[in-house]
Amino acid sequence: MLDAFELVPNLPVLVVTTPLIGGVLTIAMGRGKGPWAWATLITGVVFYFTVLLMQQVLAAKTGYISYELGNWPRQWGIEYRVDALNAFILLTVAGVGFVTTLYAQKSVEKEIPQDRHNFFYAVWVLAICGLLGITVTGDAFNVYVLLEISSLTVYALIAMGKDMNRQALTASLRYLILGSVGASFILLGIGYLMMVTGTLNMEDMHDRLAALPDIVHHRTVLVAFAFLLCGLGLKMALFPLHMWLPKAYTYAPSAVSALLSATATKVGIYMAFRFLFTIFGVGFSFVAMPANLVLSVAACAGILVTGVTAVRQTNLKRMLAYSSVGQLGYIVAGFSLANVHGVAGSVVHIFNHAMMKGGMFMAAGAIMYRLGRCDLRSIRGLGKRMPLTMAAFVAGGLGLVGFPLTAGFISKWYLVQGALEAPHMWPVAAVVLVGSLLAVAYTWRVVEAAYFQEPEGESALVTEAPLSMVAPMWILIGASVYFGVSATFTGEISMRAAKSLLGGAP
Amino acid sequence: MIHFDVSPQLLALYIPLLGALLISLAGRWPDLRELVTLLTAGVLLYVVAGMAPAVLADGFWASFAKAPALKLAEVLPGVWLELKVEPLGMLFALIASSLWILNSIYSIGYMRGNHEKNQTRFYVCFALAIASVMGLAFAGNLFTLFVFYEALTLTTYPLVAHKGSAEAIRSARTYLGILVVTSVCFLLAGIIGTYVFTGGDMTFRPGGVFRRALADGSLTAPTLGILFVLYMYGIGKAALMPVHRWLPAAMVAPTPVSALLHAVAVVKAGVFTVLKVIVYVFGPAVLVRYGVGDWLIYVAGATILIASCIALFQDNLKRRLAYSTVSQLSYVIIAAALLSPLSITAAALHIAAHAFGKITLFFAAGSIYTAAHKTEISQLDGIGRRMPITMAAFTIGSLSMIGLPPTAGFVSKWYLLQATWETDAPFVLVVVILSTLLNAAYFLPIVYRAFFVAEPRHHHEPHQSSADGDFGDSGDHHGHDAHDHGEAPWPIVVALSCTALATIVFFFYSDLAIGLANQLRSGLP
Repeated sequence: MLDAFELVPNLPVLVVTTPLIGGVLTIAMGRGKGPWAWATLITGVVFYFTVLLMQQVLAAKTGYISYELGNWPRQWGIEYRVDALNAFILLTVAGVGFVTTLYAQKSVEKEIPQDRHNFFYAVWVLAICGLLGITVTGDAFNVYVLLEISSLTVYALIAMGKDMNRQALTASLRYLILGSVGASFILLGIGYLMMVTGTLNMEDMHDRLAALPDIVHHRTVLVAFAFLLCGLGLKMALFPLHMWLPKAYTYAPSAVSALLSATATKVGIYMAFRFLFTIFGVGFSFVAMPANLVLSVAACAGILVTGVTAVRQTNLKRMLAYSSVGQLGYIVAGFSLANVHGVAGSVVHIFNHAMMKGGMFMAAGAIMYRLGRCDLRSIRGLGKRMPLTMAAFVAGGLGLVGFPLTAGFISKWYLVQGALEAPHMWPVAAVVLVGSLLAVAYTWRVVEAAYFQEPEGESALVTEAPLSMVAPMWILIGASVYFGVSATFTGEISMRAAKSLLGGAP
Repeated sequence: MIHFDVSPQLLALYIPLLGALLISLAGRWPDLRELVTLLTAGVLLYVVAGMAPAVLADGFWASFAKAPALKLAEVLPGVWLELKVEPLGMLFALIASSLWILNSIYSIGYMRGNHEKNQTRFYVCFALAIASVMGLAFAGNLFTLFVFYEALTLTTYPLVAHKGSAEAIRSARTYLGILVVTSVCFLLAGIIGTYVFTGGDMTFRPGGVFRRALADGSLTAPTLGILFVLYMYGIGKAALMPVHRWLPAAMVAPTPVSALLHAVAVVKAGVFTVLKVIVYVFGPAVLVRYGVGDWLIYVAGATILIASCIALFQDNLKRRLAYSTVSQLSYVIIAAALLSPLSITAAALHIAAHAFGKITLFFAAGSIYTAAHKTEISQLDGIGRRMPITMAAFTIGSLSMIGLPPTAGFVSKWYLLQATWETDAPFVLVVVILSTLLNAAYFLPIVYRAFFVAEPRHHHEPHQSSADGDFGDSGDHHGHDAHDHGEAPWPIVVALSCTALATIVFFFYSDLAIGLANQLRSGLP
């Protein structure tokens, strides 16, 4: 069929196969700038594909694109299915992947020995491949396979931080253990679901589950639900299952922290969307089962506890890591409301937080690049020495706080609106607002140190980070400001995604 | 006449922004930088003043209902950042932009006279704060108002923390903390609540936005009451007790900041927002009918009296002025809370009238600090003989605070008392009388001390440097020693003379302010 050689109809699979093949080939790209250039090319092309894919989805009459791998009907083969939700997540992951690859060059040069650069970028591209794959597929077992690809590569990426700090190894090991537990739970959950439904296709699963009589008392389904909820909780770092995250983000190479904070846990949340909304359905997950209660309590506790913990950190990367757990709490709290504005707030915050936190980790990485560390003491007076980097950090921080005209405000608006609309859920609104005060507290410690204290030691001599770090940082931060001033695009996509999730069909 | 292709309210927002950019570019040449500030302030006043006639025109409200708002950006689907001119905002913008010029002149004298660091950052943040004030004044809906309200907090933070000392940073933390906590926890919750209950309607319109929701029962009186509380305590800048603590904390800032921002722009932004919410979001008629606003009179009354009592015991001059501001702000709130057309006029007028007197007082405090390095009232014995102009201006400012003719304070007090009789509110009458006495009790002793108590003989004052001796061409105003000083540098004296004069002129010629306040009243349904 001619079809096979055209670009546009094959986009869903190209989004995965391009980085899969490209990632493996990266190893052969020599020792110099070759691997980086190749990785940039691959991620750039993939980003372009996701933009095209988004256009296709927006133009599609049904609201989604279905792609059957190898033309096998979906009952037997694997179906890739892209709707507004995963097109948006794909765009986010690929976009951040591309921008962080641009950023990685200098940072990786400094933090990782040159003879391992080709391996680093190979694993890097494969990680992005895995994350995109999870997002694009409509097949439950395929999710697990790609989850393993992304997990294993991410463990490796974190461990690569060992040359800066040996603790990266234990951080990676801890994530490996907890991540494997999570992945096995997810696998068990998928297995039980297959036992009950006899299919692996998400939509078929949903239909057959819905057809089951008395699903609420169906033991196998309940066990599957419990395994999946725990496994997903681990993967998306839902409080109190977040213990792997702070160390991993703190000791990973700077570029890796930026990539992971913006994509890895977000894809975990995407999986939760698919399992809870698409496969089990709102009626089962949030009405028959108390998922809304469990999730919203865990999320709210997470927002408050990690917010307070973040305020007490002195290492910037660790502070951002705790803040990330809290921000994931916002996303979970949003969809646990199971109403349109709550879910839309959560979808839009996946994107907004990726922009803000990615940019902030890049800023922290730029400080690492210049100073070799990034604690509150070493950044004193840095507002004058590294104005662009610190301004990016502060702009990102204002976004986390949710100041108006930043992307964070948009998320907060939707979340609070959703919480006020849901019956008896106003405490969630209160927690969201209090959480933003905690964000003020930890952001302001940085502002005070960087702008109102005198530099000491070597900090007084540093200069601005190189352009190749500052420019990508500002692309993300700029996006977070742009989509705070004009959020019609992100807002409408999220509303559309939310409506389709709540409607049940993918 | 120049024809503006862009509408003037947009220019009013962009001019200070452009000014901030130019100031930062001119940072290396201080004289040029200050020239840019003055020019920006001048152009801004020209643009803002040019808008007044249209607002004062007869058929304003008829055209207001029809005219579309100026849309800047669609932030969320259906939620616009938009500007629309109405009389109250016009009044506020006029006050802020006219006083900005005088304050800039004053800043030049003060910042150079005290050898402050980071002056470029200071002027840039000042211009950005003014831009936020303009956006706030011309905001067309609640969302826009909130955006600029928060922007004002952020842009004034660096000005409060300016000195960078441990105390400045701690006070700035209090400042930011209280303002952000109140606005994020209460004001934003109130705004989103309004959005939910009105089905997405946040436009300012006389009479309020809740009528439909109240009529069809989706919004009940208790919920309306909760919303009202959220607004009144969410607007922390109005300094209603107990959320007033940020204002004394902000006094750590350089005096020009205290003068324009924490006596005029920021605090007035607070009471302006209170007034705007009462008039355009709830509507006085709705509040009267459902009776959810009555508590405000008592809280504001208590704030007036308690703040005055605290002021009585402050020895630090700026802190005394700050508590006086807290009390004066609640005059505006209590007037607004009376909810009669006349009291709304009085509230609007007091926003204007208080501004001139209070900025004069702060200018005088800064003048004393610059020339004599004195900050405490107990140090001011006999200073009136060394600094006659400063202390004369201080006296005029004090009279205005007390509300004596011929000063601005009398005009608004007249209207307020009229409103208390009209609405039959004996509590307010008692509060106003007591407060007048308290005002006299904490201002007149300073004047007495300055002019009629002999200066003590100083034996030693070792740490005073000759810092105040080398202000450009005004060196002859200074002595070489702290206790041998004259007036402050000339820009300071010029600025405070102008504001003192304005305080008196306002008594004789307040047509513009009264016109705008009456226009505001005539729009009430």
